[in-house]
Amino acid sequence: MFETVLPFLMTPVAPLFIGAILLLFLPNILRVLVTIAAPAVALYLTWNAQTGLPISIAGLELELMRVDKLSTLFSTLFSIAAILVAIYAAQVRDRVQQIATMLYAGAAIGAVLAGDLVALFVYWEITALSSVFLIWANRTNAAFSAGMRYLFVQVGSGIVLVAGIAMHYQASGSIAFENLTGAGPETWSTGIWLIFVALGVKAAFPLLHAWLPDAYPAATITGTVALSAFTTKMAIYALARGFPGTDLLIVIGVVMALFPIIFALLENDLRRVLAHALNSQLGFMVVGIGIGTQIALNGAVAHAFASVLYQGLLFMTAGAVIHRTGTGKANELGGLARSMPLTFAFCIIGAASIASVPLTAGFSTKSMTIEGAAYAGQYWAWFALYVASMATIAHTSLKVPYSMFLKSGPKRDVKDAPPAMLLAMGLAAAACLYIGTAPGALYAMLPFPVHYEPYTTAHVLAYGQIILFAVLAFMLLLRAGLLPTMKRETLINFDWTYRKFAPAIFSFIGALVSTIWSEIARGFHATTSGAGRALAAIYGPNSVAARVLPTGMMVLWLAVLFAVVLALNLLDVR
Amino acid sequence: MIEAITTFTAQHGPLLAIAVPLIASPLAILMVNRVAAFIVTWLSAVTSFGLAAQMVTITADGTVLSYAIGGWAPPIGIEYRVDAANALVVLIVSMMATVLLPYMRTSIEQEVAERQHTLFYACFLLCFTGLMGVAVTGDAFNVFVFLEISSLSTYALVAMGAAKDKRALSAAYDYLVLGTLGATFFVIGLGMIYMVTGTLNLADLGRRLAEVDAENRTVRTAYGFIVVGLGLKIAMYPMHRWLPGAYTFAPTTISAFLASTATKVAIYVLARFVFSVFQIDYPFERDTLQFVVLPLALLAMFTASFVAVFQQNVKRLLAYSSLGQIGYMLLGLTLLTATGLTATFTHLFAHALTKGALFLAVGAIIYRTGGPMMHNLAGQARLMPWTSAAIVVGGLSLIGIPGTVGFVSKWVLIQAAFEADLWPIAAAIVASSLIAVVYVWRLVEVLYLQPAREGAAKREAPLTMLIPIWVLVVAIVWTGFDADGLVSVARTAGESLLDGGFVADGARIIGVPGR
Repeated sequence: MFETVLPFLMTPVAPLFIGAILLLFLPNILRVLVTIAAPAVALYLTWNAQTGLPISIAGLELELMRVDKLSTLFSTLFSIAAILVAIYAAQVRDRVQQIATMLYAGAAIGAVLAGDLVALFVYWEITALSSVFLIWANRTNAAFSAGMRYLFVQVGSGIVLVAGIAMHYQASGSIAFENLTGAGPETWSTGIWLIFVALGVKAAFPLLHAWLPDAYPAATITGTVALSAFTTKMAIYALARGFPGTDLLIVIGVVMALFPIIFALLENDLRRVLAHALNSQLGFMVVGIGIGTQIALNGAVAHAFASVLYQGLLFMTAGAVIHRTGTGKANELGGLARSMPLTFAFCIIGAASIASVPLTAGFSTKSMTIEGAAYAGQYWAWFALYVASMATIAHTSLKVPYSMFLKSGPKRDVKDAPPAMLLAMGLAAAACLYIGTAPGALYAMLPFPVHYEPYTTAHVLAYGQIILFAVLAFMLLLRAGLLPTMKRETLINFDWTYRKFAPAIFSFIGALVSTIWSEIARGFHATTSGAGRALAAIYGPNSVAARVLPTGMMVLWLAVLFAVVLALNLLDVR
Repeated sequence: MIEAITTFTAQHGPLLAIAVPLIASPLAILMVNRVAAFIVTWLSAVTSFGLAAQMVTITADGTVLSYAIGGWAPPIGIEYRVDAANALVVLIVSMMATVLLPYMRTSIEQEVAERQHTLFYACFLLCFTGLMGVAVTGDAFNVFVFLEISSLSTYALVAMGAAKDKRALSAAYDYLVLGTLGATFFVIGLGMIYMVTGTLNLADLGRRLAEVDAENRTVRTAYGFIVVGLGLKIAMYPMHRWLPGAYTFAPTTISAFLASTATKVAIYVLARFVFSVFQIDYPFERDTLQFVVLPLALLAMFTASFVAVFQQNVKRLLAYSSLGQIGYMLLGLTLLTATGLTATFTHLFAHALTKGALFLAVGAIIYRTGGPMMHNLAGQARLMPWTSAAIVVGGLSLIGIPGTVGFVSKWVLIQAAFEADLWPIAAAIVASSLIAVVYVWRLVEVLYLQPAREGAAKREAPLTMLIPIWVLVVAIVWTGFDADGLVSVARTAGESLLDGGFVADGARIIGVPGR
């Protein structure tokens, strides 16, 4: 027992898990301190970690601490994210959320430090079980059922993962978590395929992604911020560790970057817009991992780091607005720039970052992946990522701040966000600008040496072009009245062909997608509720399986079974 | 002094572990005072527990102990023969009794009429003696006798639930009829192998049956009788119908004790007969296990778990969940490998802890709210936080979440399935665990998310109940992290069964010198 526990206490996971236990007993003010201090201790332990803490559980040698550049970077990232979330949530007095966030962050850190697949799986499941409470903490029926769906998917991915691990272990005799790709998907065993699918669910691969936009907006204000930081990035880490250079990932990543665009453009709930945008950003990282060259992997990892910061910042600003106004719907918001100036400013920085505007975090990281695609000769992937970048600017960088702060909306007399929220947003915004202006510190942490200079004339010009084009597209959409938020008086005159043509195309695609989607959803719902009824009929309290039979019937069963056994024994059936 | 005692107990442990509770049973009736009866009962359970622990440490390296009763040398005299398999079962039974008894003292205040308390303790001790005896003895007829001692007292114990719910009487009656039928089948089978071999000593039976011609129809029929008879005692699907009623209406401690020991002992006996006595040398023996018991085990894993999902009575829910868990234990047995048997014995231990903790925790809620229905549990997380937390941990172990003992046993079972190249079975194990997620979740939802009854005051269970519950909960988590000892004992047990270590000569002879 102690040989098991002592090594664990030296991992960065320990302060968070112990903190979570402390939270059960502490009064509120101390709880806030613990939530901020514990990830800070974790950060310290990450940077002063000794590698290699093998422990033995049930005859298995597990490795809790694999410290190399990749895991250190993600552990650092998760610690910083946990600190930001804790500051942002400082005025929330909900013990459930505080404990869930701590366990969630701790398990995410544990997962990236885990040196073998079994330890990875254990932490993997803890993230699923703890994070669902961030959704349930809303304490509404909608949140409850959204949480159940989320839990179902997450635990399901864990079960696929453990099945994959078991089969992989059976086939190879190893539980080490190393590069599993080998010579590509053609050579994978079933076990590796299952592991790949499990990671794919968490990374929100296309068609496996539905849980993400479903669950994130259903969580509490602070819960969404925490959710956006850990689960998917953990999967990105695992893909970068286990499947770098898998060509299949390039295809998946490209679809993933493009696929959510339509949903994000048409969506009214701003947190859901951000969730779709997050999904698209993950596509960039997946492409980078799929290319697998040094610059592409560096790009994917750096992008993961930056995206946690700016995506978190955007979710925080949306949360602040919901906190003050009570709604996150684009059509119910607007005109908050005057009453919430600081939040507005931070939102613009976050929006600029995700748009890869020079001097922000997105520019110095996301562009690395895209250039990586070009260097590796994957020109169509490179082109697709360009298109996706442009779309991101339209549906997130412009639409989100515009809907909340700029367009005219109902008159509201609200104050700016509470000080703790402002502080957290300010820190995140400062980090975005710091990485944008002085990317050297982040580059030094990347797994491979960086020979990449973001601030060349060509890059800056190229991105300027993208941004301009995206602004154009956004205006187009405004004009077409396709954004659910738009009021006529804010529109600018535009060419009539676009006015006629674009709406037709977009509304056609939109209608098609939503029809297909609702059919699938209805079919799924009908199947599940039908299956539920069928199960209840077979196994419910009054069913054949559960009824209490008279003793005589039981004796009959006994006789039948005995007859079968006897026949088998005496007749030598085989 | 202490050394003298341990030397003495090492010499006489197998006998003392039975004799102490057997003698304590009439003593408990003679103690007119309830408290004195409790003390006598508990002390005898603690003694047996200590002796069992010593037997486990001695047999953990594969040693087989042979104790000749009264100095009459086996196979003529009765022999108590202990290897790691029965030592582990004895440990489970005595450990559960030791932990349960302090809880029982509080819970029967509400469940059993006061004047019957001393009788209740006496009955419990008889049941305990019977279960211990079945596990320790190396004599086939002795197995039957002890099985009947434990069963007859169990019928009485279940019927004592009638003070609270009259349906306990019909449940006990069902159990009586079916249990007796099972015992009859078993003893008919014993008679037949006695006819063929002329011996009743288990080890001797094993040696002699190995030499009998495979075409011998008497042996084949006997095998069928014994497997089916024990199947009834185990509550193997679909001969399980006595179990839900008995567990539902018995006093809660008895439900907990039966769920964590009685069926386990029956599974041990089945393993002993299948592997040590019949030694699965012949195809017909394998066929019965693989074509009858294995499908039934899989059926139980799913059907019983699904039924559990829809139950409104929590004790009944746990009873059906037990049926599903019995499926896992039988499954490990039917794989016919050392790892499979390791999984079975690990799961015996894991399920004893888990189901014991769950029944006790539910019993504490019944103690405070008066009923075992789902609505009695509503919102209890706020009123009885420690008890509710225990239910959550127990539930996690039932599902097999890492960090609990339930994970360890399922992990070994899945490994065993893979070793036998039966990955569909491994998939079935995982899939059926998912059903456990559903019914455990139902409990958690009712406890934590539903509002409590209006005006209910916060009232945690009394400490005499809470401490036994949490001893089990801590054991669940502790063993979840530190399972090496458990798994290695279980492996020794499985290997001793599989390669005939129990039957072979060379057992360490202990006790009085032979005549």
